[in-house]
Amino acid sequence: MLGSGIIRGMIETGRNFVGSYFVKDRLTTVQYPEEKLAPQENARTIPFLVYDGDDAAAGLRCTACTICEQECPPKCIYIIKDKAKKPDFVGKMQLFPAVFDIDISVCMSCGICAEVCPFESIKMDQVFTLSSDTRFGSLLLHKEQLAKSNDYFRKIHPTDATAIDAERAETKSKAEAKARAAAAAPAAPAVPAAPTKAVTP
Amino acid sequence: MNGLTDKTALNPGAARVTLDHDLLEVAMGPHHPSTHGVFRMNLVLDGETVVRLKPVFGYLHRNHEKIGESNNYLGSIPYTDRLDYICSMTNNWAYVLSVEKLAGISVPERAEYIRVIVAELTRLFNHTCQVGFLLQDMGALGTPLMYAFREREKILDLFESLSGARMMHNYMRFGGCRCDFPAGWVERARSVVAHYPTFLDQFEALLSGNEILKVRTQKVGVLPAALAINAGITGPMLRASGVNYDIRKVDKYGVYDRFDFSVPMGEHGDVYDRYMMRILEMRETLKILNQAISTLPEGPILDPKAKLRNLRPKAGEAYGRIEAPKGELGFYLISDGGPNPYRYRIRPPSLINLTILEDMCLGHTVADVVVILGSVDIVLGEVDR
Amino acid sequence: MQTLEQLKVRLETAVPGARIEIVPNGSPANQPSLLIDREHGRAVAKFLRDDSDLRFDYASNATGVDWPEKTIKEKIKTRKIVDGVEKEVEEVVEKKTAAYLEAVYHLYSMALGHGPLVIRLRTENRSDKVTLPSLTPIWRSCEFQEREIFDLFGIVFEGHGDLRRILMWDEFTDHPMRKDYVDPDDYEYEPTPHDRVLERARLHYPPEATA
Repeated sequence: MLGSGIIRGMIETGRNFVGSYFVKDRLTTVQYPEEKLAPQENARTIPFLVYDGDDAAAGLRCTACTICEQECPPKCIYIIKDKAKKPDFVGKMQLFPAVFDIDISVCMSCGICAEVCPFESIKMDQVFTLSSDTRFGSLLLHKEQLAKSNDYFRKIHPTDATAIDAERAETKSKAEAKARAAAAAPAAPAVPAAPTKAVTP
Repeated sequence: MNGLTDKTALNPGAARVTLDHDLLEVAMGPHHPSTHGVFRMNLVLDGETVVRLKPVFGYLHRNHEKIGESNNYLGSIPYTDRLDYICSMTNNWAYVLSVEKLAGISVPERAEYIRVIVAELTRLFNHTCQVGFLLQDMGALGTPLMYAFREREKILDLFESLSGARMMHNYMRFGGCRCDFPAGWVERARSVVAHYPTFLDQFEALLSGNEILKVRTQKVGVLPAALAINAGITGPMLRASGVNYDIRKVDKYGVYDRFDFSVPMGEHGDVYDRYMMRILEMRETLKILNQAISTLPEGPILDPKAKLRNLRPKAGEAYGRIEAPKGELGFYLISDGGPNPYRYRIRPPSLINLTILEDMCLGHTVADVVVILGSVDIVLGEVDR
Repeated sequence: MQTLEQLKVRLETAVPGARIEIVPNGSPANQPSLLIDREHGRAVAKFLRDDSDLRFDYASNATGVDWPEKTIKEKIKTRKIVDGVEKEVEEVVEKKTAAYLEAVYHLYSMALGHGPLVIRLRTENRSDKVTLPSLTPIWRSCEFQEREIFDLFGIVFEGHGDLRRILMWDEFTDHPMRKDYVDPDDYEYEPTPHDRVLERARLHYPPEATA
């Protein structure tokens, strides 16, 4: 019969329409901003710098190695190294950045900076309400605005953060054990330096 | 100058057309809801019938090939996401495949299976959305499109938990994938794939028997097979014209030779055949997905010898191609031994598939032009790069 | 499929006068190419498409490559007279490589399923002798791609039929993908540019007193 295809189609739309009152799956609109979907764990928007402890300046993990600056595809990171050095979590003296700017109007959220960082110091954040009413000014984030604590990192990316914390704890305990062994060695009787050359008469 | 003002250059044998005749020159686009992006078609119309059609594009030209020459190989991967911005996983795969050919990097088995799974999920929602957009262009006011997008959202949720972003995944790396499936991902993927055939049945019940669809798409935009081959058409458009050429079967890249799937083919090469091609290909894709998810092996997802930074392939060149949802997506890379490619070329399926747009539209009405363009399935990010 | 050497011999016999060279490929991809001379380009392409063993009916990719002039230094040993004695001396000689534009085509066969065959055509130089035969009459898929090569590299294809700019706007005058292209200094600069952009930005902003 002519029109049977259309009628079958209308039955389908009717099923969707009536079903949306009864079946949750058919009504998929989330009424933002009254309802908000929780972000997925791996979601990434812009980078941020991780600091340990409470002090953003002292605990910043970044050592200004500039690998993220070199690998960033649109070149949105700008780093100037500080002349001084400060100790990192194992006690080794490291450089740190005096200026660390990210232009988030250029950043394309690829996450390559987080992937190549050897010090687990730059990670991807999940904030997305970043619009501003000035053209460039507030879209350039400086070190102070980018630094967020490790507790925040653990809140947004729990699996990654706990894995990294476990690894860092292990490295730290190994370094401390080595330091203790090195400190204890001179206390033992000095091993006489064996003569390497036979003394020939 | 747009080519239509100097007509003898375009068609030397044609008679010179003057304004005394009853022809109307219309530019359709670039701001147009049905041209799939910023795409312009210069139409010359005799009443409502198309006498000449010249596509004009370049409005989204972002100079990707030159940027590729100034970025290193790793830095180009996020840019490939933005080529065919709907199917970002397959773009990544095509590029990474070409670099792996160029540098001789091998890929572990689990990574190959993961690549197949995400690429086929991409093909699934690409074809769903193409059908949705085709119906939208035909005036179905968005109902099939919204059903299509509802299913696409489920797959995008999967991709967001896997790679971190809904659309620009930046997921493949040279020698494997960036990260492994998070906990519970495989079960979620399995449930999405298990529900899809029901959705496809409902979608087909809505559309395939619809008389209005049939009248508007059958015998419209016929593409003969010989012209399709000569014009370099690939993908579902080519197979709808009856040519059996699927790069997954011809080149056997990845682990596609381990899966049992058939390649559907059309007969008439009209818009209805292309629509049915996409529906049938979705069913074949579901077969591949079921097999891949159930036989997923354990193992590393990245070649341990692969270098993330500072990849310097030996001087030489390579051309790698895959069966992207739109057609053959190929990357041609020339390396001079440095960290940046010397020449970085993208072979875009959408651009090549537009070559015979004029041939398909001649003699049809303007309404048919919209439908035919919708069946070609172009994405301007790929056409213009 | 036959090897490239056998194919070269067949092409040279089928198209008399054609000069064909095999260009090796250093990468593990194993895709060496055939360099075909300009005068016989279209005849060779027609043979490749129509021959019953080859049947290369599908031109997948057509692209341009810019090879500007490079100076390479080579050490050669020559005999020279030094202090009255003929000695073998190593000299550093500077050679300039040829500068040309190149069109590369990747051919596949849909009928017989083999490929890829890579063929190359080179122009005489980069400045005034930049014509190449168009392969659009043989493979229609080259139509838009040759227009793009004309637009971005500047190679003029004879016999194309509709050679005009495709991605850049019609009044544009340069060829952007060439290695010596300088983009115009007319866009606005954001406050956080880098490297080259930083240098050019400094020219636009007034010099501030450095802290």
